[in-house]
Amino acid sequence: MTRLKANARHPVRLTLNGKAVEAEAEPRMLLTDFLRLQLGATGTHVGCEHGVCGACTVVVDGMLTRACLTLAAQVDGCDIKTVEGLAPSADRLNALQRAFRRNHALQCGFCTAGILMSLDHYLSRHPAPTENDIRDLLTGHLCRCTGYTPIIRAALEAAQLAAATGKASDA
Amino acid sequence: MKPPAFDYLRAETVGGVLEGLAQEGSNARVLAGGQSLLAMLNMRLARPKLLIDIMRLRELRQIERHADTVIIGAGVRQAELLAWPGLAEALPLVALSLPWVGHAQTRSRGTICGSLAHADPSAEMPLALIALGGEVHLRSLKRQRRVAAKDFFTGVMLTARADDELIEAISLPILGGARFAFREVARRHGDFAIVACAAITTSAGVRFAVGGVADVPTARDWPRLQGSALDDALNGFAYELEARDDVHASARYRRDLVRMIGRDLIGKVLQ
Repeated sequence: MTRLKANARHPVRLTLNGKAVEAEAEPRMLLTDFLRLQLGATGTHVGCEHGVCGACTVVVDGMLTRACLTLAAQVDGCDIKTVEGLAPSADRLNALQRAFRRNHALQCGFCTAGILMSLDHYLSRHPAPTENDIRDLLTGHLCRCTGYTPIIRAALEAAQLAAATGKASDA
Repeated sequence: MKPPAFDYLRAETVGGVLEGLAQEGSNARVLAGGQSLLAMLNMRLARPKLLIDIMRLRELRQIERHADTVIIGAGVRQAELLAWPGLAEALPLVALSLPWVGHAQTRSRGTICGSLAHADPSAEMPLALIALGGEVHLRSLKRQRRVAAKDFFTGVMLTARADDELIEAISLPILGGARFAFREVARRHGDFAIVACAAITTSAGVRFAVGGVADVPTARDWPRLQGSALDDALNGFAYELEARDDVHASARYRRDLVRMIGRDLIGKVLQ
């Protein structure tokens, strides 16, 4: 039995975008704060902090996860993917990110990290989505700039391009 | 950092969970998928001294199909049940209603039993438990017991679970030959239901269950009613639910939905 005391910091080890990392967290520290404050991975945004807006969505052990509804202590030993893990290199966007850029699928960009994670996860498992599939997935995100239509267009275009080139989303 | 301070216990055995609950009582909360509890903690609506994480316990993560019942363990995530190949055949009502629970991004983490423990009156899984007449399996260090769905929900976010009890699993009956219908009205798919309804054929006629209106999901059993007899029964039921006005909908609108969806769903399953 591992009982972590409330007012002490405890080590949390995990894999972040393929790299083993370790930092300390109190039991009450959310994964959002752990990523941003302890690990410096500020690509994951903090919006509503009660699971509604979707800005903090990341992938934990292959599961789409609201980082604000997850404790750092819960994901000790887990494999975590955040928006920083999407681009193949620092100077190059992946296919989905490029489709977002072409279609003006973001304006202020606050919601974008979470939406990219949901779409990247979904498209890797459902390479030929319908518009309805994408709309249903996006009910889990709030965007106040775009009206969603450009996001849907970008997602469908990324899926079509991936199908045409027969390559994965980071081609 | 939003939540109040608490100790975190990563349980390695069910016995460890029960000991933690026995020691801390109402100061302890069981943490499963966390999709309701973490929001409550972030808003400081819950202030436990101890969280007991049960998600590393393999024995709680089973879906067992028996001849006439399906047992769903406390650690089974909503997405896992939705992906279970036997779902549509064994539990058609769950297959219809589960896609309405939250969003893909929360169903991936949230558990079935966690949703029941949270007991939000507009949630879909409590409605399905009531409509199907399932049972909640509770266990403490001292005893094990099963509570019928109709006795489990005692008020808004209140259940018959004692402070030292773990919801170990639920069992849902496989109603072979029955017909099922489900419909929900919400502002946006995945938001809390303004009204959610389920209809099931029974040997005597039909069972009709409503969530989102009264303090707890509520069911009525009726013979095969038609025409004005059905309208009268639905109208009476709509008033008995004591709908209230809130920011999402007026009481009158909720009663209208109960009558209209009720007539539709009951017609659909009885045809």
